[in-house]
Amino acid sequence: MLIQSILFVVLVVGGTALISWPLGRYMKWAMDPADPSSGIAGWKTRAMRAVGGPLAAQDQNWKHYMVAMLAFNGVMFVVTYGLLALQQHLPLNPDGKAVLEGSLIFNTAASFTSNTNLQHYSGEVSLSYLSQLAGLMWLQFVSAATGIAALAALARGLAGRPLGNFFIDVQRASFLVLLPIAFVVAILLVLGGTPMTFDGAAIATTLEGVQQAIARGPVAAFVAIKQLGTNGGGFFGPNSTHPLENPSFWTNILEMFAIIIIPMACVWMFGRIVGRMRHSGVIFAVMLAFIAVKITGAVYFESAPTQAFAELPIEQNVGNLEGKEMRFGPTGGPLWSILTTSTSNGSVGSMHDSLNPMSGLMPMIGMWLNSTFGGVGVGMINMFLYIVVGVFIAGMMIGRTPEYLGWRVEAREVKFALFALLAHGLFILGGTAIFAATPWGADTLNNVGPHGFSEILYEFTSSAANNGSGFEGLGDNTVPWNLATGIVMLLARFIPIILPLAIVGSLSAKRRSAESSGTLGVEGGVFATMLAATIVVIGALTFFPAATLGPIAEHLIYMN
Amino acid sequence: MQSLLASIRIAAATMLICVAFYATAVWAVAQAISPDTANGSLITSKDGAIIGSRQVAQAFTRPEYFWPRPSAVDYDGAGAGGSNLSPTSSKVTDRGKEIVERYGATPANPLPADLAAASGAGLDPHISEAAAVYQAARVAEARGMDKARLESLIRRAAFSPGGFLTKERIVNVLELNLVLDRL
Repeated sequence: MLIQSILFVVLVVGGTALISWPLGRYMKWAMDPADPSSGIAGWKTRAMRAVGGPLAAQDQNWKHYMVAMLAFNGVMFVVTYGLLALQQHLPLNPDGKAVLEGSLIFNTAASFTSNTNLQHYSGEVSLSYLSQLAGLMWLQFVSAATGIAALAALARGLAGRPLGNFFIDVQRASFLVLLPIAFVVAILLVLGGTPMTFDGAAIATTLEGVQQAIARGPVAAFVAIKQLGTNGGGFFGPNSTHPLENPSFWTNILEMFAIIIIPMACVWMFGRIVGRMRHSGVIFAVMLAFIAVKITGAVYFESAPTQAFAELPIEQNVGNLEGKEMRFGPTGGPLWSILTTSTSNGSVGSMHDSLNPMSGLMPMIGMWLNSTFGGVGVGMINMFLYIVVGVFIAGMMIGRTPEYLGWRVEAREVKFALFALLAHGLFILGGTAIFAATPWGADTLNNVGPHGFSEILYEFTSSAANNGSGFEGLGDNTVPWNLATGIVMLLARFIPIILPLAIVGSLSAKRRSAESSGTLGVEGGVFATMLAATIVVIGALTFFPAATLGPIAEHLIYMN
Repeated sequence: MQSLLASIRIAAATMLICVAFYATAVWAVAQAISPDTANGSLITSKDGAIIGSRQVAQAFTRPEYFWPRPSAVDYDGAGAGGSNLSPTSSKVTDRGKEIVERYGATPANPLPADLAAASGAGLDPHISEAAAVYQAARVAEARGMDKARLESLIRRAAFSPGGFLTKERIVNVLELNLVLDRL
């Protein structure tokens, strides 16, 4: 079993890493063409300018880029809010889905606008096909495109060039990057057994003569972009554990590939735009190292059998199967749980609430760091924040003015970066503290003791990381949960996009100097170590006390 | 204000291409090349009535059928879900006790774990090969058929879901039960 597990993990993660290299090259070509005004690129740029109107025609400074991004995201939110609020009156509703509650609509619109896809509803129970496609699937494209656009702008700024134009970038990311890949993945999913129909639920009469309604729908199209855009919101309530959303071992591999391929390629795209591929290679290696440690932890801890059966005449020779599907094999569940939380995807291939205590901690660590590949575009942006802080600390230690790619990093930039990083901790720990101490949280738990605390901690972690997975036992469709997590998701989405753009705006107002032997090189092992240490100290240690109250306490009390 | 106008234009364009065009194109290709899976992998009887989906577990309680894994949602194909209980939860132990009783498992003949642990969506169509063999005696007796013959049917139905990447072999419960009914 061990050999198969290792082979499986290496194949999925390593194979995807290999494919991310050419995709990164393609994404550079699509997002940042060398000469955007001639040839094919020129034709595309003119078409996109025609769509965007006069504002799409000129370069934007960081403030204009930000305003454009916020305006577009505001439209995304409002349109989806309207579609969800009116779904009972709109077409494509074969199963007659009814009106949704107000705070749930707010939460859902915020969740999909912020690329989180936290779901306080169950898709096949509550939403019409139109809500799923025109509301949610649309946001799965354009919210992911927002992240890729922001990364392209950041990279251009660091390369010493104008940031570009958001209205063009978001179209490039939607039409040239996400759309073609999603189409291919969707078709492969159909071949693997995922439905793609506009007919309503099928009504079966089972062999024992009972009626069974089998929900289906335009699932394949939805699942493809849900995975590729680090969105993660499932068509069905239990997400990719659902046998129609993820029918086989092979679709499971395809969907895991789709989780990490674009976040990985974003690192290469960043390197190509900045013109520093070796630097990207070092960042990629650091991210890969973190992901490997988390996978090892999750697979190891999940190989322990279900503790609740320890005293019963039930075989203890396989790992914990609660919340898992047989067709994915023993490693599919824990591997998915790491990939989906290391990126900001948040789809699930096994029920995270039913993971063994310490394997349930690994996804939380992934979301606390939120940059070891991270969300499409924004993962690399989060890593940029760690880099800024890391080079600053290193500069202080060696007594030189800290620099990054020739830009002088000073107090202002570091303040911005630290504010964005610490806001993450504040949202998670502050929110958890409030809900753990009040009936808002305590009355909604599905499990008692430390595992109940973990449910609250996980929910805020997932919201702040724009992840969207959950310890789904939590009864989270309440007004306090909907409002609190909705607000956290929006703030946690836009603060870490706006502040890095501000940092680049501030950096590029300075004179860029040539990198000298006196500054910390960004292409070697010293930099990698420094970066990893910064991530551990800021990202992980902030949350260690909370981890001891939840998963670690549960492990020590119950597991033997 | 101008930003808002540009945003609305792009919203309309992306809605048209990434939703309307994309969904229609995927649907058209799917229905053309793989209508069976595109419509939910439904199994129909000779007279055309829908028996179920190959990929979705259905409830089996009679002794002459193989039983699937437990479902936290009672095999509701229109409202799937897991137990979301911690593997340390006493509720999981209580459920385990009930199931042990139903199967009559003993320390000398322990129950395969997948028959006691609820699946993620509550609709897992598969059980392990061991879990099918475990039930063979009951099914053979209820059907008055030879146990060895039943076990060879199980072995023929079992498969490795990931080929060389998985050692475990699993069986599709509904398909196996259909084979029995058609004997």
